[in-house]
Amino acid sequence: MNASHTPRIDVMRSQLGRARGLGSAKTGVDHWWLERMSAVALVPLSGWFVLQVLRLAGAEQQDVVEWGGKPANASMLLALMILTFYHMQLGLQVIIDDYVHGKAHLPASLLLKGAALLIGLFAVIAVLKLALAPSTKAGA
Amino acid sequence: MQDVRDALYIGHRSDGTLTRRPMSPHLQVYRFRLSMFLSIANRAAGVAAAAGSALGVCWLNAASKGPESFKKVQKVTRNPLGKLALAGWTLALVYHFVAGLRHLAWDAGYRFEKKQINEDGPVAVGVTVGATLVLVASIFGVAACRSRKKKAS
Repeated sequence: MNASHTPRIDVMRSQLGRARGLGSAKTGVDHWWLERMSAVALVPLSGWFVLQVLRLAGAEQQDVVEWGGKPANASMLLALMILTFYHMQLGLQVIIDDYVHGKAHLPASLLLKGAALLIGLFAVIAVLKLALAPSTKAGA
Repeated sequence: MQDVRDALYIGHRSDGTLTRRPMSPHLQVYRFRLSMFLSIANRAAGVAAAAGSALGVCWLNAASKGPESFKKVQKVTRNPLGKLALAGWTLALVYHFVAGLRHLAWDAGYRFEKKQINEDGPVAVGVTVGATLVLVASIFGVAACRSRKKKAS
């Protein structure tokens, strides 16, 4: 080390504050990683969803009930709904982190989490209602 | 140091010495690049896809509630404006999907050179537009055929 070179601080900033400002934020990897992993899971689920949309385009309510009553469809649909709204919450949280500063950050984040949770639950209940409805098919 | 605001621009080099951090110029000084548009478009598409998905849940809810609720939703999905919204939702989902695949590739260490990113941008636009057109045409086509068959029978 060069002994003549002494770092000089002429700002009103304590050494502790300076030390605290160093290094990573220690959190955030889990958020980043879960966003990627939910994205990876949504790739095949989206492919499945496109096929189902083509199957159900122009369908009547009865067709949808029959479709949703099949356990395989209901399982895929539940996975799709849960992962979609989870991924949505993770993504919108990043937007809030980027643009909402100060005191508004916490209420905005909580509002987003609450809304995402409620929409997700709503979707899950709707799928379960379709899945568990008594079959209208003759002979079932 | 003349201005107290300069304190916010003090940073540290990796060896611990102090440095004045560079200030980022405002957005409008940059020349327009496709990559910057595609980046913000991915975020916008994510928000639009989320809004559309929330509406999609309404469709699901109506289907589980009964034929009358479903008829109400069909009024929306068979309306020209409703169809436009569905096409917009499709575009947002397709672009977010394409851009998401690019992000996953970048995260895995592929195609992340500046040259490659500039090469892939127009491809992403082409794939998005093409896939959206094919999807929208086939979905509305299938829907039209099915409802015509229903009416005939």
